Order: sequence, then C-alpha cells, then structure tokens
Amino acid sequence: MPGLLDQKCCDGCWHSSGRTCPEVVECIKSGPLCHENAGCSDRRAAAAAEFLRGDVEKPVVFVGTGTCGLGAGAGRTIEAVRAWIAGRSEPVSVVEVGCVGACYLEPIMDVQLPGRPRLSFSQVTGENAPAILDAVFAGEVPAGNLIGQYEPASKTPWNGAGLLSEHPFFAGQTRWVLRNCGLIDPSSLDEYLAHGGYRAYARMLRSMTPSEVCEQMERSGLRGRGGGGFPTGRKWRLALESPSDQKYMICNADEGDPGAFMDRAVIEGDPHRVIEGIAIAAYAIGATQAYFYIRAEYPLAIERLREAIRQARERGLIGRNILDSGTDLEIKIKMGAGAFVCGEETALMNSIEGRRGMPRPRPPYPAVSGLFGKPSAINNVETLANVPDIMWNGAEWFSSLGTQGSKGTKVFALSGKVVRTGLVEVAMGTPLERIVMQIGGGIPDGKAFKAVQIGGPSGGCIPARHLDLEVDYESLKKFGAMMGSGGLVVMDEDNCMVDVARFFMDFIQRESCGKCIPCREGTRRMLEILDAITTGRRDEKNRQALERFKGVVYLEQLGSIIRKTSLCGLGQTAPNPVLSTIRWFRDEYEAHVYDRKCPAGQCKSLLVFSIDPEKCVGCGLCAKACPSGAILGTRKSPHHIVPERCIGCGGCREVCPVGAVSAE
Amino acid sequence: MTQDLGSTIDRIVSEHPGTGRDSLIPILQEAQHELGYLPREAVVLIGRKLRLPVSKIFGVATFYNQFRFEPVGRFHVQVCRGTACHVKGSLKVLERTKRELGIESGRTTRDGLFSLEIVACMGACALAPVISINGEVHGRVSPDDAARLILDCRQTAETREA
Repeated sequence: MPGLLDQKCCDGCWHSSGRTCPEVVECIKSGPLCHENAGCSDRRAAAAAEFLRGDVEKPVVFVGTGTCGLGAGAGRTIEAVRAWIAGRSEPVSVVEVGCVGACYLEPIMDVQLPGRPRLSFSQVTGENAPAILDAVFAGEVPAGNLIGQYEPASKTPWNGAGLLSEHPFFAGQTRWVLRNCGLIDPSSLDEYLAHGGYRAYARMLRSMTPSEVCEQMERSGLRGRGGGGFPTGRKWRLALESPSDQKYMICNADEGDPGAFMDRAVIEGDPHRVIEGIAIAAYAIGATQAYFYIRAEYPLAIERLREAIRQARERGLIGRNILDSGTDLEIKIKMGAGAFVCGEETALMNSIEGRRGMPRPRPPYPAVSGLFGKPSAINNVETLANVPDIMWNGAEWFSSLGTQGSKGTKVFALSGKVVRTGLVEVAMGTPLERIVMQIGGGIPDGKAFKAVQIGGPSGGCIPARHLDLEVDYESLKKFGAMMGSGGLVVMDEDNCMVDVARFFMDFIQRESCGKCIPCREGTRRMLEILDAITTGRRDEKNRQALERFKGVVYLEQLGSIIRKTSLCGLGQTAPNPVLSTIRWFRDEYEAHVYDRKCPAGQCKSLLVFSIDPEKCVGCGLCAKACPSGAILGTRKSPHHIVPERCIGCGGCREVCPVGAVSAE
Repeated sequence: MTQDLGSTIDRIVSEHPGTGRDSLIPILQEAQHELGYLPREAVVLIGRKLRLPVSKIFGVATFYNQFRFEPVGRFHVQVCRGTACHVKGSLKVLERTKRELGIESGRTTRDGLFSLEIVACMGACALAPVISINGEVHGRVSPDDAARLILDCRQTAETREA
C-alpha cells in the first residue's frame, strides 16, 4: 500500500518523491490547496480514510502492547491471536497499538469487522482470546470481557454493546493529548497523517514567523507539564530572543518521578505527536538541533521514538529544507542513565554533555546559556504533545478550557488503591473527587479512603476531607502539594502516612546529586528522624518520647530551611512530602512517637505479633514460614511467638489459614 | 578475552565519529549493553580512546544508577520500588525475592544465575507491584508470585543444561 505522501490526487498536483510540495501534508486532511477540484478532494479523503480506519476492508484485530499491556500479558495474547488467524482462510490483520489509558483492563484487544464499529475487550489473555474472536466473527458480542464499542458513525452498531465513550472510566475525561493513544498504530506515519498529524507544523512553516508562534503559545496559556509549570510561550520567547549561531531544543522524556507514566504512554502510543511538538518548538526558538533525553528504563518507548524519527526523516518532515521552507532540523536521541536529578534542566544538559548530572545555579538561564553554552529550551513530553493541537486550533481554543491560571487539560497517572488505575486526562480545574471516585471508581475492597499523593517526591498529600479540591497549579500549592508531573497515588486506611513520607525521603536522599549541602545533608537528617519515629523502642521512657517528638518539630524547621536554601528544584521541593503529611496527618506522627504504634499497621518494627490461642489449630504453617524461628509450639496445640526473636515480617499472618495471628 | 574486549570497545567508539565528551555516556551504555557490565579494563580503554582520565569516567559512571561494575546473572531481576508499587506492598515482594535468591540488591548469586536490582519506577504503575526479569515485565506480583517466577527461571536453566 503506497503511503499518503507518495500519492497524487491528479496531474495538477506537482508533488513527487523527488520534489516535495510544501502543502502536501495539509492536503491530506483538507483536500488540495493548490488547485480547486472536488474530485481531487474526494480522492485525497478516500486515501486518508484507509488509514483512518473509519471502516475497514478486511477484519483487523488491535492489541494494546504498551509496556503496561505487555506486563499484563499482551505478548501471549498476540501470539494466541496470530495462531487463531493462521487457522482461518480469510485475511485478518493484526495491529499493535499503544495503551488507551485503561491500564487496569489490560491486556486489551479490539476487533473491527468490515461495516461494523470497533469493539473493545478487556483482560484478553492467551486462553480466552480465541473464544472471543470466534464469537465476534460469528456476529455475537461476548459480554464477559466487553468494554464497549467505538462511535458507530454510520455503520451497523453492535447490539448489547455500550459506547466506549460512555464507559465510566472514559465518560468524565477530555482526551486531547491522549487522543490517538491506543487507537492508532504508533509505527505508522500514515495513520498519524490521516488523523491530521504534521499539518499544524506544515502550515506554520509556510505562514508563520517564529515570533508569531511564540505569541500564539503565550496567548494559549500553556504551562510546562513537567513540574514547575513555567509558561511555555515565555520560555520559547526568551530562547528566541537570545542571539546565537546555534540553539538547541530539548525534550525531557526522563520521567523519573515514581508513580507517573504519561510520558511513556504518549511516546509508546503516539510518538509522532511528540516529534511534531518538538519540531514546532525548535522552529519557534530558531533551533536546528533537537534532543530527546529519554529514560533507558523505557526500552519500548525508545524503540518507537527511534522508528518514528526515522520515518519522519525519510519523508522529509525533519532533516534539511523541510517541505521546501528552508528550515532544517536534526533530532537526536540521548538515553538517560538513571538519575532523578536529571529532571532538572541544568542537570539534564550536563548529562547530555557527558558529565555528571548536577545542576548549576541560575542565572544564566538555559534560554541564554544552556546546552554547550548555547541558548536552549527544555520542555517535557506532555507539554510538547499539547503543541500541535494548539497550533492548529488556535490559542483561544486551548485557553477556553481550564481555570484562570491553568489552561487546557492535564494527564494524571492514577495508581495505588483505586479500582480503575491508568491514565486519566481531564480539564484543569476538575475536582479531585471526580478523578478518584467517578473516573477511578473509588477504593477497592470496601476500605476507607485516606489520601491522595500528588506530584511524586516534589508533591504532597491531599487528605480525604479536601477531596472537593479543584486541581490546578495554584490550588495544589495552597494545599502544600504540587502538580509535579501528575502522578496520583491513592492511599487507603492501610497506608501509613509516616511510612509514605519516609519512603519519599529515602528516595530523595538517594537521588540527591550531593552538590549542595541543604539537600545532601538536610534530607539525610530528615530521613534519620523519620527512621527514628518508625522504629520500635521497647524500653523507652516518656521523656525520651518527648525528645523524639521534638524531632517532628525539627522536621518542620529543617524542611523550610532546605526549601529556601537548596540550589535546584529537587532540593527545594524535597521536604514537601514530609511537611504535607505533618500538616494533614499530625495525629499519625503522634501515635508513632507517643504510643509507639502504627495505626495503619505498616511500620514493621512497631508491630507486635501475637497468636490467639483460642483460634490457633496448631497446623504449624506459621512456624514453617517464620524466617527467624520465633514461633514455637507442637502440632495440634496452640503456637506462640517469642517477641524478642520476632522480626515483624508478617509472614505468619499471611500463611495462617484461620486468621489467628494478629498485630498491633 | 582481552583481545575481544579491545575490538568491542574499538567498534563501539568508532560508531561515534567526531567523538567528544558528549559521546561518553552513550559509549558507556553501549559497552555495558554488550558486555553486561563495565569491567575496569573496558573503562581504561574508553578513557584512552576519548583522551579522558579514567577517574573522570568512573566519576560519571558511578553517578548514574544504570551503570554496573559487576557482571549480571543469567536472569536479571529488577524489583520496582516506585510509589505505586510501595503503596501496594512491593517491599514484601522485594524481601521475598531477596530471601529466595539469598542476595542483597545490586549483587549477583555465586552461581551467576541471578542478579537483583532495585529500580525507581518502570512506568507500569497501574499494574503495581511490578518486577521484571530480563526485561520482561510482570505485573500485580505477590510475594508468592515472585518466588514462583524465580523457580520457573531455575527450572528453565536446568532443562537447558540437561
């Protein structure tokens, strides 16, 4: 099948592989721009329709094979699908797509038959895939695994299948950045073109100056989605206005924030969108060299990105004299090497230069002196993924959604103790409650909802009673949290907030680059205090408890000093998880210090395990599971735990068949 | 062996024409990818090629979590310790894995079969807790699942040897 960029509508079209027409990309979606001919428009539309898959000529099976899908077993699903197809006479094609965002339903398989809307199924494993395919090809809808059907348009809808857009997970979402994820084949440039890809870039090259592009971005109100929330347009303007023979555009795809995975999903599911975004940004600041700095932990994303860049270069969408505009752009991929601090722009640039990823003081800002000492701009993946639509639909379209200071949508990575985990894209200003309870489906197993941790190690916790909070950059700051990159980890009554604070401090303390003292020594001291609070002391006197509570007060002081005096954003935001948990969950800290108890039962060394002799049947499973030999007893008579030997691993509680082991 | 190492490093460095300091990390990454880890001799050779002091290269390599200076096992087990995984009990998975393998994280078993590594986040948070064995991601892993996966690896190794 010839690609869309190879095709001419008629002889009036002078596009050829040797000589590129600058209007060809827009032509694909909008019909011929050079000569008005209704027949040509139809022919163009027909060619694009093939890649739009509004309808298909032969059946297509889509399998979601993002990292999350593969982790859920999509590899075996696709094997089973291929085996099933091999046993049939009619041709069926298989397409690997990215993640649609509903990770909790994976592996996801979609089936589209000619003349029918696409059907989506959840939890399709190697075992049940053949049965589902059998049923669909026989014209039935197997209800058990059904998620829903896509918009039927004019085709014959399936009876008994709800619309995918009305599924509770999707109904409350506004999908702009994730629009194509899970839908299109990420390895096909033509599919992205058919969905309107690169037309914003092509039109911009023809008709706008870099300054006009910056102006449009400024008017749109887009703010950086990577953490700080700096206005993107202003960042570009600063870089544009720094005169230099060489400038650099960098995409930060080093999503180091644990609990966030939207960047990975966007690159895996729709890599060309990010490439178009970086190409527009490079033009806007006057850069001819761009870098993707991407995590080595994301091998699939790197592979998809590499392939997409190759395709774009091959078709002249990047490279020299792009679409006859006189603009050049080279894109390189640099793999990150696993350092959280490289999310900091000056550290990231050091890393690209082949040095330790340590930040340096600003000013000079990267817009003046950045990579290799040249003016540079850095944006994160989600920010750049927003750019093509803003450039095509206009600044007003974008800024019509959102709140006063935060425009557009935000993708949240919803995980933890919530029924529907995955990627959720909502308008800025959506109440947290709607994200967690309505879209996320609430807390599983009938547990009580405790808090949401937002923004990772730079963010903080929002307690359940403030769930009506409308999320945007400002409101989160007021609550001691931060947008960060948008990781949303839900916690229930079983999670200990002191333990969570300790977890983040442990992470930061390991990931601090060590250059400045407040961050290096301060976070270590904070961790020591938290360790002391969460460690059991069997023979502690009251006065010592008071001394330890001074530690909590000290944490607050220390935190505010680290915040004020650290060199970079990592240190400046490092105390946030601790300070916000002290603010909202002081009672838990007090319980740890004074009562030496962990109310949630998470802090191991504060737990005392015991066996209820009434319930114990003397099976001996606990004694077998105990790694420290702390459980004594003879068969068929009640066992007991020797507290001095117990290491509090909880293994006995897990194996006990009658629930006789308790901890408090 | 030294001969092989030399030619491998030669090839990797020659794939980065006009080599400057900014190629250092990619070269180290490729060397580790091919050799499984960064042996001292390889670092010395790279330093000679790039005209950089070996101390500087170690300074860079030890800064990043990705680089290893010990060979990995035939089965490289990575346990994710991201926030979502932590909240869903990855500590127990990690402890069970350590117990099954008898090693601490960052180490390799004496028979060279397993190595264990803690990673910050694999980006599959929706499937937490997550572990990966030789790059294959396993989601919603309980401590028992981890033990079973390790047993599977052991059996695979045995059948291949038999």
